[in-house]
Amino acid sequence: MFENLSSRLERAFKSIKGQGKITELNIAETIKEIRKALVDADVNYKIAKSFTDRVKDKAMGQNVLTSVSPGQLMIKIVNDELKELLGGTTEELQIQGNPAIILIAGLQGSGKTTFSGKLARHIKGKGRNPLLVAGDVYRPAAIEQLKVLGEQVEVSVYTEEGNKNPVEIANNAIRYAKQNGNNVVIIDTAGRLSVDEEMMNEIARVKAAVKPQEILFVVDAMTGQDAVNTAQVFNERLDFNGVVLTKMDGDTRGGAALSIKSVVNKPIKFVSMGEKMDALDVFHPDRMASRILGMGDIVSLVERAQQVFDEEEADRLQKKIRGNDFDFDDFFKQLQQIKKMGNIKDLMGMIPGVGKAIKDVDINDDSFKNVESIIQSMTPFERKNPDSLNGSRKKRIATGAGRDITEVNKLVKQFEDMRKMMKSMNKMQGGMGGRMPKMPFRR
Amino acid sequence: MGLFEKIFSREKKEKLDQGLEKTKSSLLGKIGKALAGKSSIDEGFLDDLEEILVTSDVGIETTLKIIERIENRVQRDKYLTESELNTMLREEIADLLPDQDDTLSRDFHLPNGTKPYVIMVVGVNGVGKTTTIGKLAHQFKAKGHKVVLGAADTFRAAAVEQLKIWGQRTGVEVVEKGMNADPASVAFEAVKAACEKEADVCIIDTAGRLHNKVNLMNELSKIKRVMQKVVPGAPHEVLLVLDASTGQNAFEQARQFTAATEVNALALTKLDGTAKGGVVIGVSEQFKTPVRYIGVGEGMEDLQVFNKYEFIDSLFSN
Ligand SMILES: Nc1nc2c(ncn2[C@@H]2O[C@H](COP(=O)(O)OP(=O)(O)OP(=O)(O)O)[C@@H](O)[C@H]2O)c(=O)[nH]1
Ligand SMILES: Nc1nc2c(ncn2[C@@H]2O[C@H](COP(=O)(O)OP(=O)(O)OP(=O)(O)O)[C@@H](O)[C@H]2O)c(=O)[nH]1
Ligand SMILES: [Mg+2]
Ligand SMILES: [Mg+2]
Repeated sequence: MFENLSSRLERAFKSIKGQGKITELNIAETIKEIRKALVDADVNYKIAKSFTDRVKDKAMGQNVLTSVSPGQLMIKIVNDELKELLGGTTEELQIQGNPAIILIAGLQGSGKTTFSGKLARHIKGKGRNPLLVAGDVYRPAAIEQLKVLGEQVEVSVYTEEGNKNPVEIANNAIRYAKQNGNNVVIIDTAGRLSVDEEMMNEIARVKAAVKPQEILFVVDAMTGQDAVNTAQVFNERLDFNGVVLTKMDGDTRGGAALSIKSVVNKPIKFVSMGEKMDALDVFHPDRMASRILGMGDIVSLVERAQQVFDEEEADRLQKKIRGNDFDFDDFFKQLQQIKKMGNIKDLMGMIPGVGKAIKDVDINDDSFKNVESIIQSMTPFERKNPDSLNGSRKKRIATGAGRDITEVNKLVKQFEDMRKMMKSMNKMQGGMGGRMPKMPFRR
Repeated sequence: MGLFEKIFSREKKEKLDQGLEKTKSSLLGKIGKALAGKSSIDEGFLDDLEEILVTSDVGIETTLKIIERIENRVQRDKYLTESELNTMLREEIADLLPDQDDTLSRDFHLPNGTKPYVIMVVGVNGVGKTTTIGKLAHQFKAKGHKVVLGAADTFRAAAVEQLKIWGQRTGVEVVEKGMNADPASVAFEAVKAACEKEADVCIIDTAGRLHNKVNLMNELSKIKRVMQKVVPGAPHEVLLVLDASTGQNAFEQARQFTAATEVNALALTKLDGTAKGGVVIGVSEQFKTPVRYIGVGEGMEDLQVFNKYEFIDSLFSN
């Protein structure tokens, strides 16, 4: 779906090549591309605007070194800026106090109850004695759900079946914790919409009653533009201490993280990475930055690749991809270049149009050898004309390479998929480019 | 706030023109359009339109498409007043949204000749699958249909319990084999029970799963396949639930769930919040899958049949 930022910038910077300085004139197109990439990654529209304005200020007047392209320089500026914004000061979880009280809040289905279980496990791992509190009195089986999770992480769960007053439950739970030696109390709450006055008042009352050391706002990493509104209202009502990003095991870019950080300026304290109780991580601003930009670890890889990739060859390849006549000879050459760099799987992502297509392929040197021998068993004609590979040709190739026919079929299929993928990327680029002049994204 | 008011507040300035226009006969109006009608849209309008669409999660690609469409339309048809332009815009967006498919359940009525009509509900974690099933059960029952639910989410803590509570609330039978049972066998049993009990509709709940997890997606395909052994052609409806607050990732969700289960209907939940759910326009268009229902709350009654014009209007209201 999304083209990664590096290839967009490559395109945008075509016009700058040969110019030594980033100026107002030559940067406009690039800034637009960055903004589009951010919005595609679900960064809020307005925040993407202000972010790129800042990037523009930083970039302006910088000298483009001969050794790096303007595109790479921009990526570095964007990446650094993102990292800084996402990171800032990291704060430890406040679990001193006896008991320390942690209140969990957020929209419906964001992952609060699951996170509560994980947090209890995490805190227990630090040698504390947490208590989970079932403060969601609305959702069917919410109490039961927390009980099950409590059992899994071996943490006791305080519940009051039938009591529909979360303030009372929270107060009683704290009393219970004091009596039972629980020194951290984690209060799970019902999901609520920021526009639901009654429910927002309710959680504000819970806060007022128990005065938590720590209030955590739990938000789904897949959230789109609305992240800004929701985070803002929850922050106004609760003045929360930190953010938890959930469902990060998915493939969302997670631009909501940037939106939220920008509007409420509270640290992202945890990242939830799965449904199991151990799938919890601390937040890494650098990983998040490259995730939002959709570039993997490109910033560091760019340097390594530069040493190996033959610029001319890369240009030639780009042309072939554009013209959709990428063939097995090109594929073979690419394999040779990749092999020179080592750490193959990581590096695959850097080749325009290729990384994504073979992302899920299990790559090791052996599979390379097999692929090579299959390609080498093709005739020059076949290599130039992948469409010519019919059943009998494939059979001959398989025999020649000493591989199974299914392997040949698989390779040809993968190659076709890759070509299709390249083709569709071309279309998208072409299409987008064509419409661009009409776009107010231009400013 | 009224339809399109935010974006079209400029309209006020046109009050005068409008007054004049009213006195014209429609024929004169047409001649006037040919002579004086505008065939382009001013930049400010397009800027506002872009901002509204993008901040509603419509996404850049679809936003560009909409802008292109309205520009082409205006070039062709010309407009005299902004309210005319609004109407055109509304129509152009509506054209992107595929219409409801008559072979599927409609307005909580079931198509003839498929008994039990089997609906399989899929989607990523926490979007509102189970709740939507509860609401559907309520609606179908209110229409006089006999409903059986299948608790094939045997993974998420207390998932079976949650569906059972919905069964109690709506007075509908729930087939379950407890937690950790094989979900495909639960689905099988549920469809079988629905046949035996001559139920009109059987709805299968499945565990939330992220679409990039290959094993879980394969499991889902298997759950789907197994139902065909009981009722050929089942499930008749594969309902993908999308959360209105989800951004552009919904495209990938739709792509992967469609690949695994041939999704043929969408439900958009949590539209009672501030999120607009605009991403469904592109999703629905790209995958040619109609949006069938919207969720507007956590209660039994909070499910509506999707109406594209109301939905489009809601993008422009605040
Ligand atoms: N894949 C994945 N699933 C998650 C993650 N966190 C939570 N979930 C799942 O998301 C769904 C919703 O999680 P809950 O913990 O019930 O969410 P909640 O915020 O408590 O929901 P409500 O109480 O209904 O508002 C469940 O299916 C969880 O298993 C995560 O990090 N990754
Ligand atoms: N406000 C609002 N909340 C909703 C709506 N639909 C579902 N919810 C809430 O969203 C949360 C998650 O709903 P579920 O039905 O458990 O979601 P699910 O997709 O079955 O979740 P998993 O099975 O854990 O993947 C619950 O708190 C529901 O009450 C809706 O239309 N509006
Ligand atoms: Mg919960
Ligand atoms: Mg469920």
